[in-house]
Amino acid sequence: MNLTEKQEEIIQEFEVFDDWMEKYEYIIDLGKDLPKIDEVNKTDDRLIEGCQSRVWLDAHFDNGKMHFTADSDAIITKGIIGLLIRVLDGENPSDIATADLFFISKIGLQEHLSPTRANGLLGMVKRLKLEAIKHISVS
Amino acid sequence: MSDLELKPFNVREIREEFPALRQQIYGKNLIYFDNGATSQKPKLVLDAINLFYSKENANIHRGVHYMSQKATTEYEAARQRIQRYLGARKSEEIIFTKGTTDSINLVAYSFGLSLSAGDEVLISAMEHHSNIVPWQMLCERQGCTLKVAPINQRGELILEEFDKLLSKKTKLVAITHISNTLGTINPVKEIIEKAHAVGAKVLVDGAQSIQHMHINVKEMNCDFYVFSSHKVFGPTGIGVLYGKEELLDRMPPYQVGGDMISRVTFERTTYNELPFKFEAGTPHIAGGICLGKAFEFLESIDMESAERHERELAKYAEDMLATFEGLQIIGEAKNKTSVVSFSVKGIHPFDIGTLLDKQGIAVRTGHHCTQPLMDFYGIPGTVRASFAFYNTKQEIDTFVEAVERSLSMLK
Ligand SMILES: Cc1ncc(COP(=O)(O)O)c(C=O)c1O
Repeated sequence: MNLTEKQEEIIQEFEVFDDWMEKYEYIIDLGKDLPKIDEVNKTDDRLIEGCQSRVWLDAHFDNGKMHFTADSDAIITKGIIGLLIRVLDGENPSDIATADLFFISKIGLQEHLSPTRANGLLGMVKRLKLEAIKHISVS
Repeated sequence: MSDLELKPFNVREIREEFPALRQQIYGKNLIYFDNGATSQKPKLVLDAINLFYSKENANIHRGVHYMSQKATTEYEAARQRIQRYLGARKSEEIIFTKGTTDSINLVAYSFGLSLSAGDEVLISAMEHHSNIVPWQMLCERQGCTLKVAPINQRGELILEEFDKLLSKKTKLVAITHISNTLGTINPVKEIIEKAHAVGAKVLVDGAQSIQHMHINVKEMNCDFYVFSSHKVFGPTGIGVLYGKEELLDRMPPYQVGGDMISRVTFERTTYNELPFKFEAGTPHIAGGICLGKAFEFLESIDMESAERHERELAKYAEDMLATFEGLQIIGEAKNKTSVVSFSVKGIHPFDIGTLLDKQGIAVRTGHHCTQPLMDFYGIPGTVRASFAFYNTKQEIDTFVEAVERSLSMLK
């Protein structure tokens, strides 16, 4: 599946929910299932400080593809991170750098990526892309 | 004094005055519990905003024409209304600013110029960033020292420690009347007496008190009292600095330009008198007039009953919330207003706030611009429900159910 197909799959999954609380129930479950970053690895260089919640991101480049692990102290933020990683993990750097993450607004979560929300997610997406850009020339 | 008569306190009738309270959010009836951040506006204020811009708009203090004179009269009448409400001696003591933060910056700059190395400014551990950072800057600039009076676990100022920090070196005490995060009501009268006894002046941050109780600056005997219009049912972008005339008179202007001068030549400028000396440039005319309307509205409210109602709401909410496992009320001062802050073990406040929002309930989450206070409690933030007199017990029932549902999803 490519980046676009993965996003379309998520949009379809969200179509079954009738109301906000169901949607969030699902996001919270995703957050609970996402692997944690070990406390010792929650270092400042991995930290994206939001005003409300904090996000840690670890990026690796391997065999032409990017791999990400991320964590947050807020579970809803973490659930949304899970969705972002599902879309971007294992893609090549140039696709990530230019990715249009249209699924976020399609499933009604754009508020979480607005600059005013200050939960670290917007910063995380920026950092993801920067990490990818670093490796574009290599690939 | 008031154009409206004082009515017996009736929440239903008061709610009628606030159109913003009658709306649906995500298909749910809005419950607005973020009054600590800003209050909703009564029709009296809304209509005045509309009327000003549709019929009365003109610049003030400088026009020969009818509209300018009318706007000037209304703007100055608003100042006088606020002066009377606060019990200030003269309307010259009421300076219009952009808000609490702006008022504090004005004092930190202008009054601050009289401070020098060795002098001290004393604040408390529960201050809003707006009542910390301007003093830090002042201390850096003038070479003086910032002292911080500690609080206890309940969120009350430790008066014995405050006493120890207060000395002849203290030139200014800057203290919040009511903590925006904890709801603690500080004993400002006592603090002011003690400060005056050592020759210090006192600035009271009234951002969270003006909307909850009747303030009389003469009785309180503070030297400065500051607040924002938007938290007391008026428009954003305007606020007040009350200062004793003899102090304001001695203070140099803060910002300079039009409206605040008496005579300008390229060699020398002389400044206008109070209050204009501190009001450079075209002011927020509509804001001033409509803040006057907000006070007209307040005058019609039986504030004692309103305060009692608000405290009942807070007590009711706290008693119900305290039954949830792992939930801790942050701020348990004996004397507190209608602010209920809480944190839940293992759950981030942001998650609770997000789920409450989707259930139609507006609260605030985070550090509430009081990061040192969060450090004191060792938490990243709280969920804060702050009530106004237009809130109801039924709303709290719905809120508590929504908190319960949110916690069960997040556990
Ligand atoms: C105690 C206190 N001081 C100062 C402020 C700052 O007010 P403003 O942002 O209106 O200037 C606030 C507002 O949250 C407050 O609660």
